[in-house]
Amino acid sequence: MATMRDIKRRRDSIQSTEQITKAMKLVATVKLQKSRARAEAAKPYFNLMYDTMSSIITRSGAIRHKYLQAGASPKKAVVTITSNRGLAGGYNNNIVKLVNAELPAADTLVYAIGRKGRDGLARRGFAIQGDYSEVINDPLYQDASELADVLLKAFTAGEIGEIYLAFTMFKNTVVHTPRLLKLLPVELPDREGRADGASDAEPKARAIMDYEPDDETVLDAIVPKYMSSLIYGALLESLASENGARMTAMDSATSNAEEMIEDLSLQYNRARQGAITQELTEIVAGANAIGG
Amino acid sequence: MADLFKLKVVTPDRIFYDGNVTMVELTTTEGEIGIYANHIPTTAVVAPGVLKIHEEGGEKKAALMAGFIEVLQAQVTVMAEVAEWPEDIDVKRAEEARIRAERRLKDRYPGTDVMRAEMALKRAIVRLEAKAR
Repeated sequence: MATMRDIKRRRDSIQSTEQITKAMKLVATVKLQKSRARAEAAKPYFNLMYDTMSSIITRSGAIRHKYLQAGASPKKAVVTITSNRGLAGGYNNNIVKLVNAELPAADTLVYAIGRKGRDGLARRGFAIQGDYSEVINDPLYQDASELADVLLKAFTAGEIGEIYLAFTMFKNTVVHTPRLLKLLPVELPDREGRADGASDAEPKARAIMDYEPDDETVLDAIVPKYMSSLIYGALLESLASENGARMTAMDSATSNAEEMIEDLSLQYNRARQGAITQELTEIVAGANAIGG
Repeated sequence: MADLFKLKVVTPDRIFYDGNVTMVELTTTEGEIGIYANHIPTTAVVAPGVLKIHEEGGEKKAALMAGFIEVLQAQVTVMAEVAEWPEDIDVKRAEEARIRAERRLKDRYPGTDVMRAEMALKRAIVRLEAKAR
């Protein structure tokens, strides 16, 4: 049986762990509020971009544009958005698993945002083509458009044939879904691909849309912006999900610690009582021996 | 009085403008355009320029850098990558940026990214224009 001192030491150590997880939970809660507000502020742009893009695509199905067709290269590029720090439950691992399940390791180039995803995929044999892990600490639209530029250049140069985006969608504080989205060739995801899943803009009759100067030039200009906005939106969604996941993880860690402390306190008190009883018995026995 | 239509200017971070207007003026890659209500549905690419919003009560200006515009029957949407109200523009900074960009274009040291310098110059000029008057 564990001695009193062992139990006490164990309990103290769990107590200090609990303090840390509690503090982390509070920090995550505050960050969640901020990142959630940012993600929500970005949604109108994200959704409008999506609607505009879908109206252009539905209308211009006949156009043969380079961004609408898969490149010749068998290589695929994937932008993975994870976090730089762990202790967020399954948040990072879900993305790694999703990418690993959907894309072949040998033919995929990873543009990693977030160290955890980068390391996880590197371990599974993926080639890391670019590392933009700093970005996730404070995502700017600028970062997203720079990355989109890099990807489009590689696509135009024929180095990659398809571009994917792996991120975590923020549904609410406890529900986050990892998603893999095809960015190029432009292929519109179903309605669910929209940040809020709503459909306020049903395909309007836009049959007589005029493009200035012409469809191709407009597509040339819009597709990069479409990609930037999707990446930016994904960054903000993922950041909110990360904080939500960390908050949930730390919350359950804290309650687990509390439970363990309770158990150990009980054990400790039993041991203490046992020790006192034993001591008393010894004293009584000793007194009896002398008196007898 | 001209008819009103709904104008929305959206940037990645917020809804920049949302209201009913009589006319909107802006610069596209094809030149400056002005849009009244019942314009033919159009999509065009925005070039850096001053965005002029004519409301019923007056006129508002903003610096508009890049993006595109979608004109529909009932609504006009400007998807702007960067848009700024005059009060958010720092004249001194814009002036300095203009001078720097001009110098870079004049000297043409090897390795100067001419395209980038030209874009920077354009942005600075647009900011100053939106702020002036």
